Amino acid sequence: MSKPKVGFYWCASCGGCEEAVIDLAEDILPVVEAVDIVFWPVAMDFKRADVEALSDGELAATFINGSVRSSEQYEMVGLLRAKSQLIVAFGSCAHLGGIPGLANMFDRKEMFEEIYLRLPSMNNDKRVMPAEEITVPEGKLTLPASWDTVKTLDQVIEVDYYLPGCPPPVDLIKEAVNAILSGELPPKGSVLAPDVALCEECPRRDSKPEELALKEFKRPHEIEIDPEKCLLAQGLLCLGPVTRKGCGASCVSVNMPCTGCMGPTGRVMDYGAKALSAIASSVDSKDEHEISAILDRIVDPVGTFYRYSLPASLLHRCYQQTASEDEGKEQ
Amino acid sequence: MSDNEASKEPFEPKIVAFFCNWCTYTAADLAGTARMVYAPNIRVVRIMCSGRLDPQFVLAAFRDGADGVLIGGCHPGDCHYQEGNYYALRRFTLLKKLLKSMGIEEARLRLEWIAASEGDKVQKVMNEMTKAVRELGPLRLEPRAYDLIQAQSTMETEATALAQEVHHE
Repeated sequence: MSKPKVGFYWCASCGGCEEAVIDLAEDILPVVEAVDIVFWPVAMDFKRADVEALSDGELAATFINGSVRSSEQYEMVGLLRAKSQLIVAFGSCAHLGGIPGLANMFDRKEMFEEIYLRLPSMNNDKRVMPAEEITVPEGKLTLPASWDTVKTLDQVIEVDYYLPGCPPPVDLIKEAVNAILSGELPPKGSVLAPDVALCEECPRRDSKPEELALKEFKRPHEIEIDPEKCLLAQGLLCLGPVTRKGCGASCVSVNMPCTGCMGPTGRVMDYGAKALSAIASSVDSKDEHEISAILDRIVDPVGTFYRYSLPASLLHRCYQQTASEDEGKEQ
Repeated sequence: MSDNEASKEPFEPKIVAFFCNWCTYTAADLAGTARMVYAPNIRVVRIMCSGRLDPQFVLAAFRDGADGVLIGGCHPGDCHYQEGNYYALRRFTLLKKLLKSMGIEEARLRLEWIAASEGDKVQKVMNEMTKAVRELGPLRLEPRAYDLIQAQSTMETEATALAQEVHHE
């Protein structure tokens, strides 16, 4: 009997998710034994044509990491969807939009100008900007089109399962692969991680007060952090209470407050709104001005509460009326 | 309705109001029984306490077409559940900050303390808010230019694929 075929693909991502696969270490051997990897651009020499040559549904499962923000990524995930029985959104970016999703605070024109014109390390006297098409003596050259808005994988194709995390923890990857191989999968659409908040597995759990009462928010570099005590109780903005567990509390174990890469638990519609609600509620003041002053210490609420999930949020992006948008409308 | 027809009519905003059962909703009831006239733009949702207001409700209202959201609770110190309105105030303060950075104008979200006896304040706040949001115009949570291009090219691809299928048949 031939082995099930598996693919990996990356869209707008950093490569950390691919590292997470490598982090399986020797545990990857039984996986390679059990499946045929037929597509994995970062590690193996297969081309798009190889995928196109597969029949529909020939891939048992494809793991896609990264958010979707260009016409090329859009085409590739569409192609992989057709060829795969299961699509697993792998990591925060594919799941919720991830760090690249913060680009939704801007649009494509603002981003291009920042990167290609204003960046201090950029030397671009001729003000060359990326174009989707250019004619050179040898013929016409094309590049994929960047979008104004970064999307999660399930905003562009149907996704069967989600592996959360930035990157997904090795144990969860192993469990997911085993579940796929044995066919013992939870209902379609499930996030393949426990549906409980991080505080539950936090080593500092016992020191979390019944009721948090914060007079001041502090940043990790501003204080000497008590390695035993609940980080929120120390005034650090830890998103553990609203974030899904499954990471083994790796950040909080080394004095780094949780930033929420595992995303929300199952019943939450909008991670940022829930996180904002939990943090604001723990402010210890009844005075309008004092509350405002305490919360002003959170200088970047979008970057704090939607660090990994802006594209998946109810609002999806920033709606500032910009000059470039008006220009876009005229086109 | 075409854009032309729409532009002849003045813009009437849709405003969703979350009123607490014990004070503001009762005040709205009072305004009604007293036959006070106020802008019909507000759709009231009764919640047991302003402290029950999950910020997700506000974002969901905006996503589903509200141009403004009004939150009404008991005056500080008067909460039926002792402290619920303080929770509302804390969440509202941070939510407003967040919405501002997301490009949503401040006047689209308002919090007011209105006691059960203040029917006239309900009238005043509803009228003021309707006026302010009407001046801002509709809240547009639409795709950007380059997202539309994507949607369009998808439609074209699908149309081409369909045409090919038909051809094959």
